[in-house]
Amino acid sequence: MADVITYRDAVAEGIAREMRRDPSVVCLGEDIGAAEGVFKTTVGLLKEFGPDRVWDTPISEQAIVGAAMGAAMTGMRPVAEIMFSDFLACCYDYIANEIPKVRYMTGGQVTVPLVVRTANGGGLGFGAQHSQAVENWVFAVPGLKIAAPSTSDDVVGLMAAAIRSDDPVVFFEHKGLLATKGPPAAEGHVVELGRARTMRDGDDVTLVALASTVPVALDAAERLAGEGVSAEVIDLRCLVPLDVAAVLASLEKTSRLVVIEENPYQGGWGGTLVSVVADEGFDLLDAPIKRIAAACVPLPFADALEAQVIPGVDAVTERVLELAAY
Amino acid sequence: MTETTVRPASELDAHDVLALYEQMQLIRRTERAAHDLFMSGLVKGTTHLAAGQEAVAVGASAALRPDDYVFATYRGHHHAMARGATPEECLAELMSRATGLCRAKGGSMHLTKASSGMLGSYAIVGSHLPMAVGAAWSARLRGTEQVAVAFFGDGTTNIGAFHESLNLAAVWRLPVLFVCENNFYMEYTPIGAVTAVPHPAADRAGAHALPSEVIDGNDVLVVYDAVRRAAERARAGDGPTVIEAETYRHFGHSRADPATYRPADEVERWLDHDPLDIARDRLGALNVSDDAVEQADARARRVVDDAIEAAKNAPDADPAEAFTDVWADGGNAWRT
Repeated sequence: MADVITYRDAVAEGIAREMRRDPSVVCLGEDIGAAEGVFKTTVGLLKEFGPDRVWDTPISEQAIVGAAMGAAMTGMRPVAEIMFSDFLACCYDYIANEIPKVRYMTGGQVTVPLVVRTANGGGLGFGAQHSQAVENWVFAVPGLKIAAPSTSDDVVGLMAAAIRSDDPVVFFEHKGLLATKGPPAAEGHVVELGRARTMRDGDDVTLVALASTVPVALDAAERLAGEGVSAEVIDLRCLVPLDVAAVLASLEKTSRLVVIEENPYQGGWGGTLVSVVADEGFDLLDAPIKRIAAACVPLPFADALEAQVIPGVDAVTERVLELAAY
Repeated sequence: MTETTVRPASELDAHDVLALYEQMQLIRRTERAAHDLFMSGLVKGTTHLAAGQEAVAVGASAALRPDDYVFATYRGHHHAMARGATPEECLAELMSRATGLCRAKGGSMHLTKASSGMLGSYAIVGSHLPMAVGAAWSARLRGTEQVAVAFFGDGTTNIGAFHESLNLAAVWRLPVLFVCENNFYMEYTPIGAVTAVPHPAADRAGAHALPSEVIDGNDVLVVYDAVRRAAERARAGDGPTVIEAETYRHFGHSRADPATYRPADEVERWLDHDPLDIARDRLGALNVSDDAVEQADARARRVVDDAIEAAKNAPDADPAEAFTDVWADGGNAWRT
């Protein structure tokens, strides 16, 4: 086994591991078979598992996710790919009205063990309709679990948990992280859904991050250390279940909270997280809570403009220094 | 085990046809009860009644295997009952009782009987067609020779999910039946006023290289035979079929809608083409006595009367139910 594996290859590896252990796992999506995915996140799957388990679909997002739902209700564990997370809007009926509700509204008569995988986020200059971080779109709907890994081994471990989950999971793969490298996951590696990971220990401030904002937070923490500020970095890894307990435990130590989100400030997931902290952890705080999120504008195309909208290391470092001085 | 071949309608005997008639009568009476209970305030929210459209559900169901899958719309009481849900379970659900089919968490628009393959009634128009395609795909992958049937209204044929479903099912040659219950009204608007082709479902099938048939949806044996043939083709690996069953609802679109937008002569024509009357003629041709038909009517009346009483006397939904069944473990925890 190689010393390192890219996040991109970890996606295919994570799916392949589950397909090997469970014949009911099948994949469907646009260009996932012979083309091996537009992001090359399904490389090798068609070759290893054949056309009965890896299905190329037309550009029909409703049919893709709706068919995955029907298959999940009848004994399969489908893994559906929606190429860009922006396209979740094309099948949002299934995300908002069908998949999260059918178990509940039938009084528990059916179960929907499926995964919707999708490439999320910006920073690559794809413009307003192919760059959004839309985890908040999904977070708005009770009844879905949400994973958004930041490292290669978490991609594999969370993919295993997501595919094995009897509940529906939306799995965000960050486009900006696909080329990053990390240690490969051990055989049988599974990361339980809803367990945050402390990426760096610190005493002065807690930085809560998700997916692409995890490396941003880690870079900022390194700079902050040079300024004499010790930052703890927590990777949430999942939004549902949301590991509030891990955040509160960190605040026992640091008493200062900064949440770093790529989705827009308006309606972003951090709003829910900080509301729980304000409600249940107010006594732990020595300073106001800060949310650093994307600006509330559509994503622009040019690099120089996109960098204005999505929070980067400079902005995070600056805001944390202000807070540390409070 | 399940029957592998379904006999043609011409081979059904008097007993078989009387059973179909009785089931339609049971649905008719349950729908009437649902209407009366709604008007008297015992059913809250909304109802979309299928009185007049019973033959589609009963004829189709009789032509399917017990392990086949059925998906329906918010006008789906008849499909739930045709697949084995009892009038009592259905009325209790409509009346928010703990004994309801979905333990009062679904209501009129979401009747579901998963234990007999009736995988739900869906209230977003067209949403269940892709699901039926997926259930058919699953049957293919598991090698079970099951078929999946999506029942939908004429209004569904103008939404994207309809076309995505027909295309994908055709390309993958899946064992799925698309059965349109064309009752000629998209809610309050004549379907012809908003659709460019005269047969909203059947005329679109060709665009997806699918065979189609327009049938009398009020004749239970005609429906039975059409579904039987389509299911046979599907099981043989010959792919999907579109069936457009022309029918008519006796009540309005929903709730207390008096349906005054429908011309009186049209209503009269369709009331003269009532699926129960047509089935009675069929029974007469099979030499079933009026007495035997009246006994079937009496049985259906008794079952529905008892169902109304049982549902009225059943306990209300348990408040704790609001917080169960979100996740597969039965719970609802979204955070630590």
